[in-house]
Amino acid sequence: MQLSPDEIIYWQMGFIKINATIVFTWGVMLMFFISAKVLERALTRNNKRTRLQNALETIVLAIEQQISAVGLIHPRQYLGFLGTLFLFVALANLLTIFPGYEPPTGSLSTTLSLALCVFVAVPYYGIKQRGLKDYLASYTKPSFIMLPFNIIGEISRTFALAVRLFGNIMSGTMIIGIMLLIAPFVFPVVMTALGLLTGMVQAYIFFILASVYIAAATSANKTQSQLHKNTPVIKPSEEN
Amino acid sequence: MDSLTIIAVVSIITAGITIGFGAIGPAFAEGRAVANALTALAQQPDASATITRTLFVGLAMIESTAIYCFVVTMILLFSNPFWNYFITQSGN
Repeated sequence: MQLSPDEIIYWQMGFIKINATIVFTWGVMLMFFISAKVLERALTRNNKRTRLQNALETIVLAIEQQISAVGLIHPRQYLGFLGTLFLFVALANLLTIFPGYEPPTGSLSTTLSLALCVFVAVPYYGIKQRGLKDYLASYTKPSFIMLPFNIIGEISRTFALAVRLFGNIMSGTMIIGIMLLIAPFVFPVVMTALGLLTGMVQAYIFFILASVYIAAATSANKTQSQLHKNTPVIKPSEEN
Repeated sequence: MDSLTIIAVVSIITAGITIGFGAIGPAFAEGRAVANALTALAQQPDASATITRTLFVGLAMIESTAIYCFVVTMILLFSNPFWNYFITQSGN
């Protein structure tokens, strides 16, 4: 019984391997590329919108709304990174309805690389929003003693993010495999449906946790005056 | 017993114990979380969207502790590094 799609190797030359994880990741990327090209052609600026544009706007606005619900003030600048994370994980998990497909998120290398992207993006957005000195000072925030714990927390939550996604998807695949041995008629279908639900929930959770981490890095311990300085929106109380 | 047998026995027993004990804590925690969420839903049906979203995120985070135990179990059973090490040793 194989633990992850890393162990299915299609082509190998020396130490360069093309395994199922890479192939299916490329497949998902290709689907994104083609659908982006198709959607690009459907975009219009006039009032008569196409159905594809409506679908795209629904997805983008829903993601934007979720990002701003976490507490990020300008969701549009995080949309590229966080939206891509959500859509990639969601599509990679949803495609399990096709037989023969192995979800690339069921491999620790994919999830760890996604988590490392978050690990890099958190200080990037933090420094961009607050400046280098202010961001680094946030590691010693409650008191200076907390510095090593904050750093350990930063690393361990990256691993938790990776192992959570990997474990959930891998266990779904594994349970279906075990079910096929025990009760091969109806139960695998039920477990596949459950796996689809788990996949969507895990995609949402990966996305929302990344947003929460970025929100914590960009706006933690911000005073009210700094918040108002950065926000172009004028509160009614400030108008008079 | 040679070292391979010891590793096999210890791995299988530890895998069972890991998943058994690893399921207890999250089961209690999820029960408490769902019970409290149901109470909150009964008291404030208007806030159901927020409560449900927070509940799902919380449940998945609680569940991930069980998933960590499951991952350790799967590694012990199917890709045990000590087992693989001694297999290659005996091969040489």
